[in-house]
Amino acid sequence: MGEMEQLRKEAESLKDQITAARKAVADATLPDTVSSTAVVGRVQLKTRKTLRGHLAKIYAMHWATDAKLCVSASQDGKLIVWDTLTTNKVNAIPLKSSWVMTCAYAPSGNMVACGGLDNMCSIYNLKGKDGNVKVMRELAAHTGYLSCCRFLSDSEIITSSGDCTCLLWDIETGTQKTTFAGHLGDCMSLAVPGDFKTFVSGACDFTAKLWDIRDSNCTHTFSGHESDVNAIAFFPNGNAVITGSDDATCKLFDLRSDQELITYQDSSIMCGVTSIAPSLSGRLILAGYDDFNVNIWDSLKAERVGVLAGHDNRVSCIGVSTDGMACCTGSWDSFLPSFSFKGQDNVMRLCKQNKQQYL
Amino acid sequence: MSGASNLVAMKKVVQQLRFEASINRVKVSQAAADLQQFCMQHALQDPLLTGLSSNTNPFRPQKLCSFL
Repeated sequence: MGEMEQLRKEAESLKDQITAARKAVADATLPDTVSSTAVVGRVQLKTRKTLRGHLAKIYAMHWATDAKLCVSASQDGKLIVWDTLTTNKVNAIPLKSSWVMTCAYAPSGNMVACGGLDNMCSIYNLKGKDGNVKVMRELAAHTGYLSCCRFLSDSEIITSSGDCTCLLWDIETGTQKTTFAGHLGDCMSLAVPGDFKTFVSGACDFTAKLWDIRDSNCTHTFSGHESDVNAIAFFPNGNAVITGSDDATCKLFDLRSDQELITYQDSSIMCGVTSIAPSLSGRLILAGYDDFNVNIWDSLKAERVGVLAGHDNRVSCIGVSTDGMACCTGSWDSFLPSFSFKGQDNVMRLCKQNKQQYL
Repeated sequence: MSGASNLVAMKKVVQQLRFEASINRVKVSQAAADLQQFCMQHALQDPLLTGLSSNTNPFRPQKLCSFL
């Protein structure tokens, strides 16, 4: 038997082993565990603010850790830092390349980053001495588009790319420290948990992978989706991951039992998921879809408990603020000119719950 | 030579699978219970879940002041 054939056989055997090991710990299901828990009541979020100013599709947004500021990236070639309480634009940063696909806010609030079809991650210093926001670093090494980026600190950032890899960068030197290779398709998004020791990536190979940042190993590969994984986020307790895919479903994968616990799907939903974010407790999962809707799921009962209304445009990005108070969505141009008179193109909407609505 | 690089790639695949096969796995009953407990414990602090009264809602439109 040739060496290649031997290796193939070993690979198949290992895959069977993994399947068996996952089955061996599957002594219960999430639906059974929560069978006596009631579904949460209907969730109605009210649009509180509309952030207007972008002139083209908004591709990404990211909250600052202070839960007041956020950054958004649009293919009008601008990064805008918003004060969400006043709706004022704190910074409007012109970009060298307008083909931006992602943006990120550093946990310190000192920097923002963005990137896209230029294959680079550009870092901007918001707290420069003369008050001007300038490019601090241009991180170039990816051979494909930059799909997502997330700061670990002011000196480290992780990027995911259409070249199927993720990279850890040293911002000060502008060089790559670690390569995370293993995905067999474009990496579409990444998420970092509270302890910054690991990160997860979703890719066009239909899988999600968990990586150890320090030793660069992929420790878990989650399959199950039937199409590209576009969106990924950590469950707030750091022990599970939620994904959104072009297969029209979202899934919850548990890290410690190394398997999918539940799928969030409905026969009436037939379009891809573009973005995903959990609420503070994890009980609600907000997911943006290609059909202009944001569906709100009860994460434990896997039932749809709400829809974000008022969107006439494809929801491209979603984020829940760090204090859990607000959810912000960014949307694209509507293709139908009849919606434009409402002035709802290219807006970001801030939605929150108001108890008084129910009285 | 593509044959040799395929072999290298395949060896990496097998190595990765060996690694993933060797991790410890917690029982789903435990994992699911922990998820549920986390949700319950933090439910009251989750504003999108429980709602906010208007005086703690920073995004609520401000009322105008008037001089008496």
